[in-house]
Amino acid sequence: MPTAHPSRVARPIRLGGARPIRLAAVALLDALALWAGIWLGSTGAWLLLAILVLGCAGINIAFLSDRAYPLRYLLPGLFFMAMMVVYPIIYTVYVAFTDYGTGHVLTKAQVIRQLESRLYEPPGARRYPFVAFQNADGDLRFLVTLEDGRQILSEGDQFHALEPGDPVLLDTDGDGTVDGLAGGYQALPSLGIMRHLGALQARVFHYGEMELRVTSLTHFARLSHRYRYDEARDELVDLQTGTVYRPVQGFFTSDTGERLSPGFRSVVGWRNFQTLVTNPRVSRPFLRVFVWTFVWAFMSVASTFVLGLGLALLLNDPRLRFRRTYRSLLILPYAFPAFISALVWRGLFNTEVGLINQILQAVGLSGVPWLADPFWAKVAVLLVNLWLGFPYMMLVTTGALQSIPEELYEAAYCDGATAWQQLRHITLPMLMISVAPLLISSFAFNFNNFNVIYLVTEGRPPIPGAGTPAGATDILISYTYRLAFEGGSGTDYGLASAVAVVIFVLIGTISYLNFRMTGVFEKVGENV
Amino acid sequence: MYKGRLSFLAQAWRHALILIAVLFALGPIVWIISASFNPSNTIVGQSLIPPNPTLAHYRQLFTDPRHPFHIWIWNSTKVAVITATLTVALTALGAYAFSRFRFRGRRGGLFALILIQMFPQMLAMVAIYLLMLQLGEVFPALGLNTHAGLIMVYLGGALGVNTWLMKGYFDTIPRSLEESAMMDGATPFQAFVRIILPLVRPILIVVFMLSLIGCYSEYVLARVLLQTTDQYTLPVGMQLFISDQYSSRWGIFSAGALLGALPIVIIFLLLQNQLVSGLTAGAVKE
Repeated sequence: MPTAHPSRVARPIRLGGARPIRLAAVALLDALALWAGIWLGSTGAWLLLAILVLGCAGINIAFLSDRAYPLRYLLPGLFFMAMMVVYPIIYTVYVAFTDYGTGHVLTKAQVIRQLESRLYEPPGARRYPFVAFQNADGDLRFLVTLEDGRQILSEGDQFHALEPGDPVLLDTDGDGTVDGLAGGYQALPSLGIMRHLGALQARVFHYGEMELRVTSLTHFARLSHRYRYDEARDELVDLQTGTVYRPVQGFFTSDTGERLSPGFRSVVGWRNFQTLVTNPRVSRPFLRVFVWTFVWAFMSVASTFVLGLGLALLLNDPRLRFRRTYRSLLILPYAFPAFISALVWRGLFNTEVGLINQILQAVGLSGVPWLADPFWAKVAVLLVNLWLGFPYMMLVTTGALQSIPEELYEAAYCDGATAWQQLRHITLPMLMISVAPLLISSFAFNFNNFNVIYLVTEGRPPIPGAGTPAGATDILISYTYRLAFEGGSGTDYGLASAVAVVIFVLIGTISYLNFRMTGVFEKVGENV
Repeated sequence: MYKGRLSFLAQAWRHALILIAVLFALGPIVWIISASFNPSNTIVGQSLIPPNPTLAHYRQLFTDPRHPFHIWIWNSTKVAVITATLTVALTALGAYAFSRFRFRGRRGGLFALILIQMFPQMLAMVAIYLLMLQLGEVFPALGLNTHAGLIMVYLGGALGVNTWLMKGYFDTIPRSLEESAMMDGATPFQAFVRIILPLVRPILIVVFMLSLIGCYSEYVLARVLLQTTDQYTLPVGMQLFISDQYSSRWGIFSAGALLGALPIVIIFLLLQNQLVSGLTAGAVKE
């Protein structure tokens, strides 16, 4: 059992020269991180702040402690793994228990801030008379007189206080009223404002803490905030109507059931999982997708294995000519990037113009609705995957075949075993020892083979009556994608993550079985 | 197992079966090669050897502004090469630590890598999307629709997939090499860079190429994270470009498919033996 020594071999020997530089570098980094951290904290980006703190702590430990020396080598990889693999897995589990999705995108705090910034004009609102000015470009400015007689002038949506007799105010005809502004602004008669009234009433002007809006041709009104959030009672009060809203299922909801938009995301417990099981419009398609995922993965492994093994057996016969040529030709589909092959096959399967139907028709058969009929679409994706996958199986079984000791066959030959018996009792059992784990890995891979499904059929044809996007060839992972990013009536990150969690559990189980079979647990425990 | 001579008949049916398989394997490839040179842009009524072959589809591929193919190829190449380079660096560092140092958590770490790499990153695509969304609000240059962000996401998979493979190779290099270097005054890091890395170059190349091929072909995360045509990588661009327009764009599509596949096919055929052993070794082979 190795002890906790940093290393037997690579203990830092000559640190003398490097140490001050290293300390300086770490100090500089910490200073930068502190600055960035304060900034992140002030913007409320807690997640990024956490990433920064963890990354920075790792660097400090790795470079200041000699015991943590190996961490210097591991840290870069660990950092990205933690941020882009581990954290997303944890976050997926969390989202699965929330209603995150269309209508529930913002956090509760963001929604409160948004609602609290909504304005209205209360019945007794204070009103201030104004004069409008316009320049040749059509820009408008407003001069408003407040209740204490002070005047304020707008620039854009912002009002500024004016000193009496400010040179910006012009009185060109000398009658004592302001009729122009410096910069070519002319007073605009009330009627002239008519044209702009619609646009003006949608604008909110600010003066200090005050919000103002044009309420008539002659007056601005002071606006009030419509909602106030009571943190202690967790209530939102509508000051206009007096209605009290309480958070229910991701919405601020009144006692009569009226909901305020937007909703916020909230933890909903097992609701997403319950939906998958009990809501018939979701659960029935989900069950079909679930079953098909297993059928698909199993059929993919079985078909590629049978074809690959068959070819490997044929090509393993040293008496056959052109073996090397055949092998290199048969391997080509494996060399092609899968995404391109999938798209090519999609074209070949096209019902009207695809090559396959043309060939079928040429030999006198009728065309097959490959991608429109649920059954044939499944056949199509399986055929594509057979094409993509059999070279791999051929490669691994060829390797395994060549490692079976020749003496076994010699013995069988002496005992008069037929070729079939040799295959059945020697080749297959010996093969399985080395190939079975690869078959399970292949199963797990195809279980999540998004590219083939999505690029060939996009999961279609749709399952009739499904309340969520779900198709006959959808597997769980493509279903997840479509729930999250393709929903016609909105996206549902919560439900999508719940499906992803189901996949996690299934893949975990499959991998556990594989580990048991290959003895990984023991191997890791041994001297690695 | 293989005794005696094969009769003519036995030879014949074996060749026949294999030829059917070869036909199946090569059919689609031959067909798109043919279509890419065929002046007609539709699938209907093509003959296998076009009567008057043309390069028009290839020319169109690079000139039609509706599908900036050259930008997609460039984006894919850029993302794949940068990711593969950094992946090799991260993995080599990590594998070296696991191979050479004895520290607390080493065994647990190795086991954790196996556990983590069973879950493909794309399972967490929703969470990754939301993470990049939040990241982009603070650092737009790293968020959604950026190649830097996509590369960061890909780097998350660097350690999990290849560390075991590389560690196995490192284990075969005798420690005495570094020891003697350090006797001569090299720091451990210098010994790693100057002595070990040159010796393990074959496995570095294998990991580089595996990572390159993987990134070049990665579809779903790129689709989720990239949002505008000029940022697309090749898989995303090709999929949207073709979506159900095979009938009218088959020739251009075929040309694009061939050009897009070419770099990967060449790499694969050149390094076939090393890559296949790397791919099939799985995570636990030593």
